[in-house]
Amino acid sequence: MKVRIKFSKQGIAKFIGHLDVMRYFQKVMRRADIAICYSGGFSPHQIMSFAAPLGVGITSLGEYVDIEVEDSEPIATMKERMNQTMAEGFQVESITRLPDQAVNAMSLVAAARYHLTFRPGYEPEDPKGWMKELEEFYGQKEIRITKKTKKGQKELDLASLVYELSAQGEGVTMVISTGSEENIKPDLVLDAFYQSKGMERDPFAFLIQREEVYGRIPGGEGPFPFLSLEKLGDCHE
Amino acid sequence: MRKLALPDEILLSIQQPARYIGGEVNMCIKDPKSVPIRFAMCFPDVYDIGMSHLGIQILYDMFNRREDIYCERVYSPWTDLDKIMRERHIPLFALESQDPIRDFDFLGITLQYEMSYTNVLQILDLSQIPLHAADRGEDMPIVIGGGPCAYNPEPLAEFFDLFYIGEGETVYDELMDRYKENKKANGTRIQFLEQAAQIPGIYVPAFYDVSYHEDGTIQSFTPNRPCAKERITKELVMDLDQVNYIDKPLVPFIKVTQDRVVLEIMRGCIRGCRFCQAGNIYRPMRERGLDYLKDHAAKLLKSTGHEEISLSSLSSSDYTKLEELITFLIEEFKGKGVNISLPSLRIDAFSLDVMNKVQDVKKSSLTFAPEAGSQRLRDVINKGLTEEDILTGAASAFHGGWNRVKLYFMLGLPTETREDIEGIALLSEKVAETYYDEIPKEQRRGKVQVVASSSFFVPKPFTPFQWARMNTKEEFIEKANIVRQKFREMLNNKSLKYNWHEAELTVLEGVMARGDRRVGAVIEAAYENGAIFDSWSEYFQESIWMEAFQRCGLSLDFYTTRERSLEEIFPWDFIDAGVSKEFLKREWQKAMKEEVTPNCRSRCAGCGALKFEGGVCFEGKN
Ligand code: SF4
Repeated sequence: MKVRIKFSKQGIAKFIGHLDVMRYFQKVMRRADIAICYSGGFSPHQIMSFAAPLGVGITSLGEYVDIEVEDSEPIATMKERMNQTMAEGFQVESITRLPDQAVNAMSLVAAARYHLTFRPGYEPEDPKGWMKELEEFYGQKEIRITKKTKKGQKELDLASLVYELSAQGEGVTMVISTGSEENIKPDLVLDAFYQSKGMERDPFAFLIQREEVYGRIPGGEGPFPFLSLEKLGDCHE
Repeated sequence: MRKLALPDEILLSIQQPARYIGGEVNMCIKDPKSVPIRFAMCFPDVYDIGMSHLGIQILYDMFNRREDIYCERVYSPWTDLDKIMRERHIPLFALESQDPIRDFDFLGITLQYEMSYTNVLQILDLSQIPLHAADRGEDMPIVIGGGPCAYNPEPLAEFFDLFYIGEGETVYDELMDRYKENKKANGTRIQFLEQAAQIPGIYVPAFYDVSYHEDGTIQSFTPNRPCAKERITKELVMDLDQVNYIDKPLVPFIKVTQDRVVLEIMRGCIRGCRFCQAGNIYRPMRERGLDYLKDHAAKLLKSTGHEEISLSSLSSSDYTKLEELITFLIEEFKGKGVNISLPSLRIDAFSLDVMNKVQDVKKSSLTFAPEAGSQRLRDVINKGLTEEDILTGAASAFHGGWNRVKLYFMLGLPTETREDIEGIALLSEKVAETYYDEIPKEQRRGKVQVVASSSFFVPKPFTPFQWARMNTKEEFIEKANIVRQKFREMLNNKSLKYNWHEAELTVLEGVMARGDRRVGAVIEAAYENGAIFDSWSEYFQESIWMEAFQRCGLSLDFYTTRERSLEEIFPWDFIDAGVSKEFLKREWQKAMKEEVTPNCRSRCAGCGALKFEGGVCFEGKN
């Protein structure tokens, strides 16, 4: 049966890169005695797939990994068993059973919510005002930028990929396009603003936290056609 | 959440920040304020290497079982962070509490290979601890050295307060108790060292004086105060089942060299290869019990979540219950997604059968370590592997589907002739021929691949070859070229490949291995001129070292190529490693006569280790 695990990555865990997070969870499965399914072949590997890699240095409240476990696996105790063997900074937040025909988290990812604040010591004179200005900038209908890609450069309209952006006191929350279609990072969102002001961004100026990862509601429309991967897993049932 | 010693700005601009943050699964957490003794355990190389070392994990676990000690870890910051820490005067810190090392009571540094000596100075320097023990004040940690290189501690004598000679599980408790008592009684640093010097296995270098003959050899080596013992006898564990093994090893976040459960099945070796230091200093060979190992295998896999388990020993084929152990591991864990990695076993029907079960024959290769290219030279070094063993082993492996073979050799062994050297290519050729002779064309899966590698021989203390003359760099390179040339002449040269190690590094390793106290100045001078991570060929700079020798007025050849007389007092002679000097002399003379010595199980060679009253010496005798 398929199971979706939601976990958070806080504190020192933000320094652990994506590949190491994958290896880390493989070991968690063994320590917590999760009856995870293995692929065939001479060196079998666990059936496990992560939703969206998170950059080093970013904390998160909502990361996802899908696994397949034996039907005998008691889901009720899974979260607790896993949390008993976690390293500093990692915690399982929820476990959701998925329907057998569910597609994996990775192909569902459409957007992610981030919260940004200034790193202490890097604040401008008026952080609230600064955040307000950023919000206004993204109130524009269209923001053309050139984005560096693996193949070179391409032009795109950033405004259409930033689904939400609102200043909240001295911080800002944004929901931006993520995943295989158009993967936008918070840095890119910041850079466009900095460029418009003719300023250079200090790479350490912000503390960034990912708060949630979303998939598109099947047939969903309107200004916010997304649902968290956790809820999206549920609604198939 | 623990605080970190380094700010995000630094951690996010260096390679692998996870090396410096701690927080791994099974890390020990204590309140530093509530423990009387803080011990920093150091492996002086990068985290990825240091975390792979079993011995440190054993000691980490052992210390932390005591409520009155908090043992933490520290490794060499990699060159990128090293530079930043120097520029900004950031003191080196321990991974657990992230507190500066200089605030600890002890800094224990394991000495696993000679070329890590400049990193020892790096650790002291970055910790802001004076390099010389004599310059350390009352508030500085006591710096302890241990590990195999402590069997000749002399090149490092000035940098350490004390050395622990032998296996760590035995007298550390006593040492720590003495420390606590002394602290309570408001005793001084020197008072503690005087106490420590009386504990078996503990060597306090400051309590000994060395004088030299005019020719540079040692004239005398004597204690300069009553508390110091004449001879330091190595410490060892006689019943390995009675000492704690780790239950919960640390599990690093990043992929380190040894990313698996390591099960130490025995210590020591019965074989008596004359070049091998480990085989001599860990005598007598002692095994762990089968039940003990089975129990620990399960516990360790569970507590780490590792997907691989491997056995560790000097010669696993000599473990008496090997077959039962491996069968157990396969039956118990193979179906659970656990890989079983076997150490190089003697190639026979049993080992081929299990290898077939645990690894993909198409991808794996067979390993033989003949060490020398001719039977004559193999007799000199007392390596019991014959050409017939290799060729029959290879033949059965080829029939079993393997077609890759690795062969390990050494160049520069005592008495070596051109014939012995060329023998490396000839033996490799014979292995290739065996494949083509044994396996009919239609059954072959491509060519056979024979990869021969040679390292250069370094004479080590406490081996019969401690008297041997070491080759010069030029001799080494010339020999490697002879081998290479000979490989080109072989009919099957398309199936053969030959690699050799760098010679420059080996020569220095030779100096450190048999160096005396005066070599310390050379290490310091090299370090001051930028030598660091010398065991990493990309960082090793020969010229720095040559300059350091010149600056200190010492000759490299004195330590390497000089002929040593049987009467010479060696810098390490004050240590009793179990094997007696008489035995080593006997073996050295037998080597010159090309005579072999049987292994401990065939016939005791009277090496001296009998006095420890256990292990293989008493096998089947109680
Ligand atoms: S005393 Fe004999 S049996 Fe014991 S280790 Fe030495 S040679 Fe081997």
